[in-house]
Amino acid sequence: MKILPSEITPYKNYINRRKFIKSSIAAGVFIGASTTLKASHLAEDNPFNSQLDESDTLNTFEDITTYNNFYEFGMGKTDPSENSSNFNPKPWSISLEGLINYPQVLDLEKILNKVTIEDRVYRLRCVEAWSMVIPWQGFPLAEIIKIADPLSSAKYIQFVTVFRPEEMPGQKRRLLPWPYVEGLRMDEAMHPLTILSTGLYGHDLLNQSGAPIRLVVPWKYGFKSIKSVTTIKFVDKQPDATWSMLAPSEYGFYSNVNNNVDHPRWSQGTERRIGEFKRRKTLMFNGYEEEVSYMYEGMDLKKYY
Amino acid sequence: MISTNTFRKIKPIIFLAIIAPSFLWSFQLINGSLGVNPIEKLMDNLGEMGLRLIIATLLISSLSEFKKLRFLIDIRRMIGLFAFFYVTCHFLTYIALDHFFDISFIIKDILKRPFITFGFLSFVFLIPLVITSPKKILKKLGYNVWKKIHYLIYPAALLSSVHFFMLVRANKIEPAIYIFIILVLLLYRFYYKVIVPRLAQ
Repeated sequence: MKILPSEITPYKNYINRRKFIKSSIAAGVFIGASTTLKASHLAEDNPFNSQLDESDTLNTFEDITTYNNFYEFGMGKTDPSENSSNFNPKPWSISLEGLINYPQVLDLEKILNKVTIEDRVYRLRCVEAWSMVIPWQGFPLAEIIKIADPLSSAKYIQFVTVFRPEEMPGQKRRLLPWPYVEGLRMDEAMHPLTILSTGLYGHDLLNQSGAPIRLVVPWKYGFKSIKSVTTIKFVDKQPDATWSMLAPSEYGFYSNVNNNVDHPRWSQGTERRIGEFKRRKTLMFNGYEEEVSYMYEGMDLKKYY
Repeated sequence: MISTNTFRKIKPIIFLAIIAPSFLWSFQLINGSLGVNPIEKLMDNLGEMGLRLIIATLLISSLSEFKKLRFLIDIRRMIGLFAFFYVTCHFLTYIALDHFFDISFIIKDILKRPFITFGFLSFVFLIPLVITSPKKILKKLGYNVWKKIHYLIYPAALLSSVHFFMLVRANKIEPAIYIFIILVLLLYRFYYKVIVPRLAQ
């Protein structure tokens, strides 16, 4: 896929827009700002955003940042926005480890100097059968993979969320085995739709959204998009992933959005788009079938769910 | 110790306290202040309230056997009916708001997903209790038959707390506590109804 220069939001503009939004929050006119952004996104002919259709309207900044699953801050949907104020995402560094030529600890600032921040408007489909449309800012994960320069033996990547029980009250209790881990196959990780996000709505990620940097894999259930990433490890075997370790019959390693594979608790045939009353049909690979299905050709997706 | 008469006086207050949340949540639903996913929130609130009231009914049955707490029996029927009220609202929310009367889907969902099967069965088990709740019917049936019917509260309670247990993704402490309470009460019943009479013989 080719990206035209005109489709990339320059980092400078991103910073400016961020300032604009911050000041407009202060002025209490944030809703105005978000509709402006929405209009500009829909007008842009970004190939990565083209999977959205007319009915996919952006969820509000408030919806996106007050309804979260981030058990590090508690199990309730509003816990992350209520309990995350003590979390300090700055300074931040990411450790690149495992089967690579350049293992290193990278400061986030350094990473941001090397990459171009882009706008990506993606659907997010939670395994709990609700969904949102989110305007992310971020850069392809492939950029980091290039920096790490993996050996040919590296077949998978494991991601680790930061472990800071003092700042993350949920980690003081054994809600999940901490730290949270997730994984991708190398081709999935290299896919141009897979991004590391640092912001949404032109605003730095808030703590509840996985500040300062999180994965976004739009064709997989939301829990694959691990938050507050601190380690990226290249491995030769399929790595552990928290939910699929806890309940392997419910959450597979792949966890592609798939309306044909039912979950024991939630029907995956339909979903409730946050802000809508009636459920809508869930799309195969969350609507990104054309872009990603080639990676799973010949695989029995009922077995590798 | 509270006398039955004073307790009767505060009964309306208990009535209002238990019915109030349903008004509050209806208002919040219309008002848009039930959070980002209001249908899910409403369904969770109603279901949890229903389950808590079912367990409260069970606790009243056992506790009112103590002389000092005998007055409690006076509100058991009211609490039990409210439990059914909240469970029914919970089920109706699932049918009308969550799935918008997609009956064929709902039937499949009930048959296919064990946690929904359990919740549905619990609802069904509560129906005979409600039908036989008026005093007239109790007199017609006779206390012994009536009591046997009302033992259905135990499977209903167990099924609905297992329904809750299966729904929660992690940290199942709250549903586990409910299941524990029900099992303790069952054992207590079993001890007094089966073991003690045998020992006496």
